[in-house]
Amino acid sequence: MNNAILPRWIDIFLLPIINLLAALCVAGIIIALIGENPFTALVVMLKGAFVYHGGLGYTLYYTTNFIFTGLAVAVAFHAMLFNIGGEGQAMMGGLGVGLVALAIDPFLPPVLVVLLGICAAAALGGLWGVIPGWLQARRGSHIVITTIMFNFIASSVMVWLLAGMLMNPGQMSPETRSFAEGVGLAQIHVIAGWLGIEISRSPLNLSFPIALIVSVGVWWLIWRTRLGYIIRATGHSEKAAIYAGHDPARIIMIAMAISGALAGLMALNEILGVQGRVILNFTSGYGFTGIAVALMGRNHPVGILFASLLFGALYQGGAELDFEFQSITREMVLMIQGLIILFSGALAYMFNPAVERIYLRLTKQGQADG
Amino acid sequence: MADLWLQFVLTIDATIRVATPLMLCAMAGLFSERSGIIDISLEGKMLLAAFAAASVAALTGSPWLALAGGILISLLFSLVHGFACITHKGNQVISGLAINILASGLTVTIGIAIFAQGGQTPFLSSDQRFSSITLPFAQAAGSIPIIGTIYKEILSGHNLLVWLAFVAVGLTSLIVFRTSFGLRLRAVGEKPEAVDSAGISVVAMRYQAVMIAGILCGIAGAYLSVAHGAGFVREMTAGKGYIALAAMIFGNWRPLPAMMACLMFGFLDALAARLQGVSLPMIGEVPTDLILVLPYVLTVVLLAGFIGKSTPPLAIGTPYIKER
Amino acid sequence: MVSDTQHKTGGNSALPPVLRLSSINKRFGAVHANKDVSLEVSAGTVHGIVGENGAGKSTLVSILYAFYTADSGQIYISGQQQQFKSSADAIRAGIGMVHQHFMLVPNFTVLENIVLGHESSGNLASSKIKAAGELATLAKKYGLEVDLDAVVQDLPVGLQQRVEILKALYRGAQILILDEPTGVLTPQETEQLFEILKALRAQGVTILLITHKLKEIMAITDAVSVMRGGEMVAHLATQDTSPRQLAELMVGRPVLLDVGYSPPTPTDICLKADNISLTQSGTTKLDGLSFSLRSGEILGIAGVSGNGQSELLEILSGIRPPSSGTLSINGHEIGADNPAGPSEIKALGVAHVPEDRHAMGLVLPFSAAESAVLGYEDDARLGSAAYFAPEALHSHCAQLMAEFDVRPASPELKSNLFSGGNQQKLVLAREISSAPKILLVGQPTRGVDIGAIEFIHKQLLSLRDKGCAIILVSVELDEILSLSDRVMVMNAGQNMGIIDRADATIQTVGLMMAGVVDSDVEARR
Repeated sequence: MNNAILPRWIDIFLLPIINLLAALCVAGIIIALIGENPFTALVVMLKGAFVYHGGLGYTLYYTTNFIFTGLAVAVAFHAMLFNIGGEGQAMMGGLGVGLVALAIDPFLPPVLVVLLGICAAAALGGLWGVIPGWLQARRGSHIVITTIMFNFIASSVMVWLLAGMLMNPGQMSPETRSFAEGVGLAQIHVIAGWLGIEISRSPLNLSFPIALIVSVGVWWLIWRTRLGYIIRATGHSEKAAIYAGHDPARIIMIAMAISGALAGLMALNEILGVQGRVILNFTSGYGFTGIAVALMGRNHPVGILFASLLFGALYQGGAELDFEFQSITREMVLMIQGLIILFSGALAYMFNPAVERIYLRLTKQGQADG
Repeated sequence: MADLWLQFVLTIDATIRVATPLMLCAMAGLFSERSGIIDISLEGKMLLAAFAAASVAALTGSPWLALAGGILISLLFSLVHGFACITHKGNQVISGLAINILASGLTVTIGIAIFAQGGQTPFLSSDQRFSSITLPFAQAAGSIPIIGTIYKEILSGHNLLVWLAFVAVGLTSLIVFRTSFGLRLRAVGEKPEAVDSAGISVVAMRYQAVMIAGILCGIAGAYLSVAHGAGFVREMTAGKGYIALAAMIFGNWRPLPAMMACLMFGFLDALAARLQGVSLPMIGEVPTDLILVLPYVLTVVLLAGFIGKSTPPLAIGTPYIKER
Repeated sequence: MVSDTQHKTGGNSALPPVLRLSSINKRFGAVHANKDVSLEVSAGTVHGIVGENGAGKSTLVSILYAFYTADSGQIYISGQQQQFKSSADAIRAGIGMVHQHFMLVPNFTVLENIVLGHESSGNLASSKIKAAGELATLAKKYGLEVDLDAVVQDLPVGLQQRVEILKALYRGAQILILDEPTGVLTPQETEQLFEILKALRAQGVTILLITHKLKEIMAITDAVSVMRGGEMVAHLATQDTSPRQLAELMVGRPVLLDVGYSPPTPTDICLKADNISLTQSGTTKLDGLSFSLRSGEILGIAGVSGNGQSELLEILSGIRPPSSGTLSINGHEIGADNPAGPSEIKALGVAHVPEDRHAMGLVLPFSAAESAVLGYEDDARLGSAAYFAPEALHSHCAQLMAEFDVRPASPELKSNLFSGGNQQKLVLAREISSAPKILLVGQPTRGVDIGAIEFIHKQLLSLRDKGCAIILVSVELDEILSLSDRVMVMNAGQNMGIIDRADATIQTVGLMMAGVVDSDVEARR
């Protein structure tokens, strides 16, 4: 409502940057309090994320995860659904890949296994999204609570299966056997090698271009298709959707299925791109980070790409911090992430009045001069 | 038979220990949500409090100071939640989520900075913790069948904070339903504009509710690290805050039913621990993972309206905006 | 009693006014809601404030009740300047308010609602006992009997309003503000309310009545102030003014009271409702409604809000199916067993201007271009199967805006940035452009300025003359009476009778709205 006064560029670019800086300032103060120099830390992070050998590859590899989970949160958000179940949906996506690969990789060519695995990841992730969607749409269960519960349920299912019937025989760790040779998404440095270009080793793989294509697809879906129009209309006003002849329950389920499927696709990067088998906790909280990414990116694919890159750099830079500093571990990244969610999400409009005042003063001055 | 009875009694005893932080957190959630503020940050505040309490205990040796430290830090973060959700009308779920993630990161980061033990705090000796209280004649009473066993194993031997949790439930029930403050609290969660037009500040009411929630989460956290446990371990809350939230929903935002839900979830936890690796006739090895997941499944089933009907406060989750 | 009141009014004129507002200013962003507003109210009178929607009446009384704080200006009570920081201060100064939307906690009892914020101690039970005693005295004094242990959400609106009045009096209100109190009442309930207000006045309570209904001003007030565009434009003694003068002051120019009605030329029956009923979670919303509609006529549906009109519109437009009964639209049978959704109904040539423009008619955060295709997004002209063309939306909207004079004519502007009248014109444009055979219209002029009202009424009449059948639902009785060829009156979900325009006087329709059926109307049912 206040935003009517401010031009779009302030709303879309300046305010998110101010929020980000506020979060980083607080993080810097905490780093200083534990006795390290925040500026040195920042430089180390930036170098680790972009400059050092393979750093950029790692950054983009993390970015891939966040694009998927961020898009997942965003699609649900356009239907005004808060899907915080990305974590569980991604786990189920991984399970989907695993089940398909383990079942058919001895019989079918790897390419086919990978394609079916991708479909299975989307399908199982989508299923894990559509159930809370159904509960919300048809039974009125609050989707925030049910998706939280579904994260825990997914986690239990994974433990139960990976430590049980899917566990690699003869091994003690809760993981499946490795997929057959060739079942996976090629890593970029390998592909570059085929083309005669030498780049540093990193886990960056074909999931990254897939993520970019999926981003374009999501943009098209939301802003250039009738379904996207209806999803957004339902999100803003269920009554309007009913009036226009659509069943909001159906739209909610469709949106949650798409959202869950996008989160499920995160498994491509981890399971098909890197691990080549299903391991426990491969999601490592990326599903939750997706919420921060969507918030920062204002639920727009372009914004999500930038926010994903930021978090990718944060994760890779954080790993570098872990090496360089005695008293800093990767949990520092978690802390910064929490601060970013706080400032760009919950406190998103804290700086609005101040920015508005400054903007009005500046424009008034401009008018007076002119 | 006698052995089975003893097993049962010991499981009940364990149930109470497990349910204590759940009850405290469920009451915390109840105060917050009755005032209209969703609180999924029970988990994070409890974790921060557990860390703060263990740190203070390790540094000062006093469990009482530890409790105060735990309460203080949890209170501080409940104020952050209030600042975001009440003052700045931010999204309550996002704020809660931010606190939870922040808590995971902060506890380990600061833990390493202070103690350099990989995020843990030093092991606490028994005089740095809340010790268990043996009720009079417990040892002697133990020989009396049934009642004696119950007295010795279930009632005796708990620390102060366990009793405090039960007192908290009683007090919550009293405050929410029998006092003027409780009337205003419930009103502000149902229809804040009615409270505002009665000349009471919605903001002040909600801040009070959120702060009470902070205090209760603080006690729960201190219980984990300086009463039940002997120090802080990273992620030691392990989803208990969410279970408490589920229990509160299960109890339909009412203190006594929420307590019963906490005890039920606690029982499932204690049962799973007791049945770990046990092979039962007919069933075979008990899938304890699946017992542990029951609270979540049951909550979903409840929310789906298959058992009973859940009626949250009407104004929950919506910031109060007066100016148009 | 009457002479006593008059004596009081006269006697007080020498004293300072019980309430004086001086140069009140309030802005909401770019909107200047109150501009230098001043007002004086004498003790023991009923003082009316009239104005159109958005004239700033509600803002003014909200400032008086300290719900909002004024940007500048002073408030004096009995000559004393007041510094209100919150409603608590206003209550302490003896101001009570009955809001347009009741400020009652629906699942609390009457007693709990009255006690809320005014408890005598921390102990709830003893506070309630003490209050119950005082309330018994108050109720007797003013004739405001209510069951204190009833849960508010179970009470009819008339009684809920009584609870609000009792609540204010319990807090010691000497100045009682009522904001649009009759919007949800039947004419008879309105009469009862006025009796209560007269009793209060007789006891020395000062009443500030906010309304946009001139009849009420004439019926009960002693003095009246008129607001327009955020400014106070006139203060008058009620006996010295007339509804026409007040209307002109409200609008700022002579009002066209004639919409240019001409007799209809109805043709075939295009819609027939047979014994339509609707039951929702145990309560009967619609009870055996039967009526028919012919092409080229306007059937007005009158009734106090909440008597089933909204549900009827929802059934006719396919938003929900009836529980029993059948509907025949252009020869197609629709019933509980063979329901038709909004899209299917639309395909039968039915268009619908919904009652709730903000939640249903438009999607407020959408651009006007996007809102202008709501419900018609399947139109093949708007792109291909996988492409919803923004340029097609834009040009479609620009065309509608030109035809219906929607201002500003900017298709990319967000829907919520248009005024109520322009939003309604956009909705009307969208629905009429589908060339409907039947048009359902709900509350077409709610929250719409007078200029747009005239435009909308003319559009409806000209559409009728082109052969379209129109069902017009409105709680504004004047609107129904000036546009309809026939009037159906609804009460408690029942059809109280359908009368011709010539027989539809305010008295007859008002009685029917209250559930009383005239014997000769009964005969024609």
